[in-house]
Amino acid sequence: MPLIEVRDLSFRYAGTEDWALKNVNLSIEGGEFVLIAGPTGCGKSTLLKCLNGLIPHIYTGDYVGSVRVKNLDPASTPTYLMSQHVGMVLQNPENQLFSLTVEGDIAFALENIGLDRSEMVRRVEKVLRDLGMEEFRHRSPYELSGGQKQKVAIASVLALQPEVLLLDEPTSSLDPVSAKSIIDLLAKLCMKDGLTVILTEHRLDLLLQYLTRLVVMDSGRIIYDDHPRKVLESIPMEDSLIPIPKLIQLVRMMRHEYGFSGCLPLTVEELVESLVGR
Amino acid sequence: MIEVENVRYVYPSGVEALRGVSLEVREGELVAIMGENGSGKTTLLRHLNGLLKPTEGRVLIDGQDTRQSTVAELSRKVGIVFQSPDAMFFSETVYSEVYFSLKMFGYTDEEASRRVEWALRLMDLWKYRDRSPFTLSGGEKKRLSIAIVLAWQPKYVVIDEPTAGQDAPNRKRLEQLISKLRSEGATVILSSHDVEFIIDLRPRVILLSGGRIVADGPAESILTDEDKLERASLLLPQIPLIMKKLAVYGVNPGCLTVDEAVREITSRLKPVREW
Repeated sequence: MPLIEVRDLSFRYAGTEDWALKNVNLSIEGGEFVLIAGPTGCGKSTLLKCLNGLIPHIYTGDYVGSVRVKNLDPASTPTYLMSQHVGMVLQNPENQLFSLTVEGDIAFALENIGLDRSEMVRRVEKVLRDLGMEEFRHRSPYELSGGQKQKVAIASVLALQPEVLLLDEPTSSLDPVSAKSIIDLLAKLCMKDGLTVILTEHRLDLLLQYLTRLVVMDSGRIIYDDHPRKVLESIPMEDSLIPIPKLIQLVRMMRHEYGFSGCLPLTVEELVESLVGR
Repeated sequence: MIEVENVRYVYPSGVEALRGVSLEVREGELVAIMGENGSGKTTLLRHLNGLLKPTEGRVLIDGQDTRQSTVAELSRKVGIVFQSPDAMFFSETVYSEVYFSLKMFGYTDEEASRRVEWALRLMDLWKYRDRSPFTLSGGEKKRLSIAIVLAWQPKYVVIDEPTAGQDAPNRKRLEQLISKLRSEGATVILSSHDVEFIIDLRPRVILLSGGRIVADGPAESILTDEDKLERASLLLPQIPLIMKKLAVYGVNPGCLTVDEAVREITSRLKPVREW
């Protein structure tokens, strides 16, 4: 039984004409690292909101089909319960932080679910340590850089110890070095701690090597759902549903025009190996 | 010509955002100002139309000192597209949003109408002319904010973070637009940390870090220099990274685009390797 099972899901926001999701089917196993990609308005953020119950609890509308996360139905499970299984990090960390100290921000959700003090302290310590943020505990989140703020937002969600972490364009307001550190952190949480990570993001180049699955959506439908190597083999280069990394463009052009037969690399090292290795 | 001479800028909060910046932008140039968040990019751009005046040093636009001119005067020459388009919309329709600024610049009704249509068609927004700007998607809002500025055809077009939050189709459109502006003779200044977008435009690159310029030169030399990029919290773009790793096999590391790299790799490696 997969950890997440979406069956024949369609959703239309209240007051709109078009369906944001059209008959979506998706199943995700525990421990996967999944990117949901596609142009603006393709339905990727809507799908994330269905996985933690923001839809239909906060965003109402017409909801058809079913979602199961760890055998719970987000549509009928109370938010405080759901948030202990599925955490969500937003695009702009500023919308998620409000306390005077990093520590306070991380502890807030734990107070809300009524943990006793010693367990709270233990969990705050653990996430600060896991994310290498101990030195920031007494700082105000507002003094931190964009990348550090996003780490605090991730820490405050991880303190609830969810099995699934959803992130909606977590690096789009960050510079490349901070973006890379967030993505490397997510990969570590996934590979070392078995966290299931599902995110939306426009930039593929930094993520590609870590993904177990690439889901491409367009106009509310899933168009591709496979290992990234398979998706990038078959997706047409010219229709630009997703920004194709230069590495992939290069190899596909070399195959097409110069008869190169190497397999599609997901990292620069793999490409170099296939060009000059052996 | 734009001349920035030894500009220091201290915000009222005491933060020193620019610590002695000097640069010249000549007519017809394409310049990318690159650096991490907080490096001073946006503060520098705000000096170009007089929104901010230097604490020390001076900024000259075609010889005119920004401290002796109003934002309205300077904006005729220097049109700035800011990062959050929502912040500048206030009209009921897309059409009137563009029309309004043209009337502010004193264009006749006839001339203003002509320019609104030209700019909206250029940005593929003519079909939305009767819609409220607030109902547009993020990418469409960005295009509208560019249309507003292009409508009065400023000599210097400045775009702050053109690709932030933009999807693949919009990135392609922006790339085409910037090439088009250049071919029509506009001087274009971009701020960005999106190295993969900027590299294909092959601009002059200025790296900013901690309010100071740490490098200034052609894309060929800056965007292939990992140490310089790192000082501005930027990563080496993929093509220069690939070429750098292949340099020991006799491949010229100076390629910037996919096309150049394919030609170089196939001509150097294909004859000696079995593919």
